[in-house]
Amino acid sequence: MKQVMEPNQLQLNEQGQLKHFLTLDGLDKKLLTEILDTADSFIEVGARSIKKVPLLRGKTVVNLFFEASTRTRSTFELAAKRLSADVLNLNISTSATSKGESLSDTLQNLEAMASDMFVVRHSSSGAPHFIAESVTPNVSIINAGDGRHAHPTQAMLDMLTIRQHKGGFEGLSVAIVGDILHSRVARSQIRALKTLDVSEVRVIAPNTLLPVDIESLGATIFSTMKEGLDNVDVVIMLRLQRERMEGALLPSEHEFYELYGLTTEKLKYAKPDAIVMHPGPINRGVEIESAVADGPQSVILNQVTNGIAVRMAVMSMAMSGHVAGRDKLGEL
Amino acid sequence: MTEVIDVEGLLETMCSDLSGHLASRQIDDPCIVGIRTGGVWLADVIHKKLGIAEPCGELDISFYRDDFTRIGLNPKVKPSVLPFETEGRHLVLVDDVLMSGRTVRAAMNELFDYGRPASITLVVLIDLDGRELPVQADIVGQKVSLSGNQQIKLKGPEVLVLEITDK
Amino acid sequence: MNIEIKSGRIIDPANGVDEVQSLYVADGKVVGLGSAPEGYKAENTIDASGCIVSPGFIDLCTYLREPGYEYKGTVASETRAAVKGGFTAVCCPPETLPVNDTEAVTNLILDLAKRAGFAKVYPIGALTKGLKGRQLSELYSLKQAGCVAAGNGDHPTASLSVMKRCFEYAKTHEVSVFVRPEEVSLAADGCVHEGAVGTRLGLNGIPALAETVAVSQLILLAEETGVHLHLSHLTTARSVQLVAEAKRSGLRVTADVAIQHLILTEEAVSGFDSRFHCRPPLRTHADRVALIKGLDDEVIDAVCSQHQPHEAAAKQAPFADSDPGISSIEVVLPLLLGLVRTSELSLATLVKALSVGAAGVLEVAGGSLAVGSVADICVFDPDKMWRVTSESMISAGKNTPWGEHEVQGLVKHTLVDGRIVYA
Repeated sequence: MKQVMEPNQLQLNEQGQLKHFLTLDGLDKKLLTEILDTADSFIEVGARSIKKVPLLRGKTVVNLFFEASTRTRSTFELAAKRLSADVLNLNISTSATSKGESLSDTLQNLEAMASDMFVVRHSSSGAPHFIAESVTPNVSIINAGDGRHAHPTQAMLDMLTIRQHKGGFEGLSVAIVGDILHSRVARSQIRALKTLDVSEVRVIAPNTLLPVDIESLGATIFSTMKEGLDNVDVVIMLRLQRERMEGALLPSEHEFYELYGLTTEKLKYAKPDAIVMHPGPINRGVEIESAVADGPQSVILNQVTNGIAVRMAVMSMAMSGHVAGRDKLGEL
Repeated sequence: MTEVIDVEGLLETMCSDLSGHLASRQIDDPCIVGIRTGGVWLADVIHKKLGIAEPCGELDISFYRDDFTRIGLNPKVKPSVLPFETEGRHLVLVDDVLMSGRTVRAAMNELFDYGRPASITLVVLIDLDGRELPVQADIVGQKVSLSGNQQIKLKGPEVLVLEITDK
Repeated sequence: MNIEIKSGRIIDPANGVDEVQSLYVADGKVVGLGSAPEGYKAENTIDASGCIVSPGFIDLCTYLREPGYEYKGTVASETRAAVKGGFTAVCCPPETLPVNDTEAVTNLILDLAKRAGFAKVYPIGALTKGLKGRQLSELYSLKQAGCVAAGNGDHPTASLSVMKRCFEYAKTHEVSVFVRPEEVSLAADGCVHEGAVGTRLGLNGIPALAETVAVSQLILLAEETGVHLHLSHLTTARSVQLVAEAKRSGLRVTADVAIQHLILTEEAVSGFDSRFHCRPPLRTHADRVALIKGLDDEVIDAVCSQHQPHEAAAKQAPFADSDPGISSIEVVLPLLLGLVRTSELSLATLVKALSVGAAGVLEVAGGSLAVGSVADICVFDPDKMWRVTSESMISAGKNTPWGEHEVQGLVKHTLVDGRIVYA
């Protein structure tokens, strides 16, 4: 019935390799593991004195950020530069686009610059997918976050962090806490965790912050930290945006912290060797107590380092998927 | 048709040749680095036979291959491991087969991104004709000529065996 | 012109007819069934063997786009697309530019339709001035000018008290009110059904509740004021229940369903394909089944196309930023025939839903092939396969999810007032 490709079909080439990186939906365990393994190699590169490899030399990577972001954009920029690519940063605010030039027209103008890869962040869910369908065949699209849909590189760096500290994914119980409703990170994380076969994915939030039918994504709902964190191996805290205090979603930051803020006390419900993660930036005293954020169980700073390696992995794999058949890795 | 070459014997000769070569250059503190995967197996043997204290290094050249735009990225890339500073050191680079010379070029490019070595000595088990770049090994186990439909492969790691088979 | 439609299978549920026989047209009317009247000489013969002959279809919602949005379509192009789809009459909603809230605009539309000479046009006037939901339109003048009803289109009224006044005023002049039920704050900025697919795709959802709450409120208002309320484009099982209850208690409440909600579900949007962006949104499988049953049980009176032609750029955007709407009028028939083939719908219900059902809602002539009735006729081959392509589509809007698809069921002839307007 439909002609337009599902995101997962669109992002894979005929050999099942990445050529765009739009969403974790439809990517199998083998591919996700390959991303993590490749990222491991890039972590090693990051430990050298010359933190560069020549993989993307001569290629142009354009950061197309329709939503402002310093952190994510800088990690992508750094990742591209460490792959020896040339990087162009374009901050196109959505209002400029709505002033007349449609997204389609903006893209057509950009294509003339002969880029090899666009890293796209956009406030509309599905925008990177739309761009991947509209651009010329040899431009790779990497999703740096679209609306509430997905933030696949963030989820993968979170998975890498979990793997580093827990050795693997089997048997793990993972809890994600906070504003699941508005979170593209949470959706990607749930998908990644399910594909990598963790034992259990839990979401802990008040009903107003849970999307309808979140169970259909494979998560179990908990309304209290006491039940939700019981014996978990990994606690992922999501950022709570101030805007959520309007619009009748939450009464106050105070009550949210009271019920769902991760304090030293509440962390005790989890396993003693549980790790604490947060995609950042942290709101101290709103989602998480400073003592926990800076404490021994927190791996938040690891997540930052892993971000560059994961993005290098995804960018090189996607660029690789665009070239001709990789059936045989021959002798040089 | 399968032909088998005596690897152990070759390695004995290579090690003594290498010792002599290093001595003549007054290199008494070399670091051994093997190129994955075959080169690493060989490097381990050479490392033991020469009784070198410093651990062996392992080089994965996936990120330095010159054919990325044609065939893409190796899905099984693993991190390189160089457990020593290379700056100013004498390196011994080991690989199983030298043919076009591109692997060695990639390996040298990668080594230089770790630091500037004092020298690199190239040791290979098999030297095939088919050079595309001006690269020569300092120590060669055996020169081999293959016909168009033959290929050579080192198998291991427990027992090292070289096989020449039809493609 | 005297036209003989020969040997077709006449399906006329309004008169309980399902028989292979010939039909005779003269002076814009049906003058004979089975046998010609005395002295009849056919000037033109249509060979309808293997075809079905039914009353011409009547569409309760076709966006003609003119005046104001001619870059999306015109009265001429869309009424021509309509007759290709077997529709002899279409109702156009008041969302024109300027809004159809004065007899001047109504007259303009009727004039354009007459000059185009394809499907008849029954305009639906704006319930409130400018569709702003605050002040009443001149409902009486609109009715006099030729509007068959008044509606709020896709624009919610400012408040229930204003809606109540609209209903009261409409009742005074016996004007029917067409409302697409959607509670504004619950729908908010949603663009898909609020459910599993919307959650997975991170698209803002429109909960079923947005429709059912509005349906309940509107039914109660209709009960209070006595107006004929027509609910446009139902999409939920619960709405069907509410309408059934309302009908059982004797209220004059009617309803229609748009073709896409009988065929597609929320799964269709999972590729972020903007061709499936509709308002109201595609909902669940259970809803679809309930809507089909609602048609069967005559709780839902008619199927409409909700035909919304768009220029290409309107769909060339990320999903939520694209304009909702499908250019559907040319494929309504084959899509419904698909449901007949899977035994979800009977052929008689199909014809009823497209003709006499709609005629009943509008209280206009049509939907009947009895001798003496107006010769608005559709002759179609239910088995003919054909391919939907941009080139073959007559509508100015090529925004259809069925593009490059083979469909089965093709209109061969359409007659309006006894004239062949499509062949």
